[in-house]
Amino acid sequence: MAMTGVLRPGHAQIRVLDLEESVAWYTNVMGLVPMGRDVQGRAYFKTRQERDHHSIILRQADRAGMDFFGFKVLDNATLNHLEKKLVAHGVRTERIPAGDLLETGERVRFNLPTGHAIELYAEKKDVGNGMGYVNPDVDVLEGKGIAPTRMDHCLIYGPDIDANRELFEKVLDFTLVERVKLEDGTTDLATWLTCSAKAHDIAMVRHNEPDKMHHVSFRLDTWEQVLRAADIMSKNRTSIDFGPTRHGITQGTTIYFFDPSGNRLETFCGGYDHYPDMHPITWTWDEVGAGIYYHARKLNDTFLTVVT
Amino acid sequence: MAAYTIVIEDTGESYRCVEYRSVLEGMEALGKKGIPVGCRQGGCGVCKVRVTAGSYTKRVMSREHVSAEEEAAGCVLSCRIKPITDLRLAVIGPMRKNVCWMAEPAGVSSVLST
Ligand code: FES
Ligand SMILES: [Fe+2]
Repeated sequence: MAMTGVLRPGHAQIRVLDLEESVAWYTNVMGLVPMGRDVQGRAYFKTRQERDHHSIILRQADRAGMDFFGFKVLDNATLNHLEKKLVAHGVRTERIPAGDLLETGERVRFNLPTGHAIELYAEKKDVGNGMGYVNPDVDVLEGKGIAPTRMDHCLIYGPDIDANRELFEKVLDFTLVERVKLEDGTTDLATWLTCSAKAHDIAMVRHNEPDKMHHVSFRLDTWEQVLRAADIMSKNRTSIDFGPTRHGITQGTTIYFFDPSGNRLETFCGGYDHYPDMHPITWTWDEVGAGIYYHARKLNDTFLTVVT
Repeated sequence: MAAYTIVIEDTGESYRCVEYRSVLEGMEALGKKGIPVGCRQGGCGVCKVRVTAGSYTKRVMSREHVSAEEEAAGCVLSCRIKPITDLRLAVIGPMRKNVCWMAEPAGVSSVLST
């Protein structure tokens, strides 16, 4: 599709058990840029190259996990249009007033059939990436932390991922990119969907508990940077789940690791471009190991069980 | 540096854990098994154990997986405790992570560290 409608993942609000510890870690190890705090005490971050005010919000809580995941849409007319489509699809929506999140316009919030809160919004302050809009220099990767390019996608776990897919495809114009089938050959264990020409903007795995987060992912530009990220993680005693390796699904290179509250994050590089005319790719249940970890060709203990 | 002996009662397996490592990472560091490993950061709950003897320091852990009462009774996430004496523990783990029905242990003490 031409880039109208839903543009891209815009923000994720993540629950943390110790806010100050997490702020220090997201700043120094992840290399995100602190963008202030609001009256509720939530801490805001963006990557260096993101132009909008923030993409990660941390909220102090007594349990880990993700409060909501937001997508930016083209403009306010699109926001109103998509809200009407959601309501017509039988989805209850709620308007969160402008300014509830710092420098962010009104948001339309709804729950997916899997229980996850998703938001759409059209406006967030363009603070720029520091390079300016006239004759910009390259942002040379220097300074502390992993410093990813952008917050890229998320993987969520919940029961009815079929109804999720229908909502994303029919209402929000996402496209199916890849899927894993169970042994029956018909039921999806997992699906990867895009609203753009990326290999995925959101993915979901069938799971018995609703509203679970598997990971929020950050993009890196090269495999070398993935290796550099792993070095930074080890040097800082960050808990690594798996990798560096490659996914068969999307073919991106990856590290799964955990933030200081046990929320899984990913640093991700590559992945092919997908256009809506392209045939989706199917993985059969017996090759799911290679789909997730292309080199190991088997799942690890944590992939299907460890979520927040 | 001090190290302590950790005994996993379910399997009889034991290992030495240095004072600066969590009980879970101490097990992993020596290639030992018995306690399920997840996030290692107190968020996912799979590493839940019941400490039956010994003392430890602890850090904040997810209330989704450990209630205040459980925590006080020695049902804790093993990635969030560090030994200050030898420890004995029973695995609760991912299948039973929301249940800690066993009798309260005697002689267990914990200290909150930040
Ligand atoms: S391994 Fe996740 S809570 Fe301990
Ligand atoms: Fe991912």
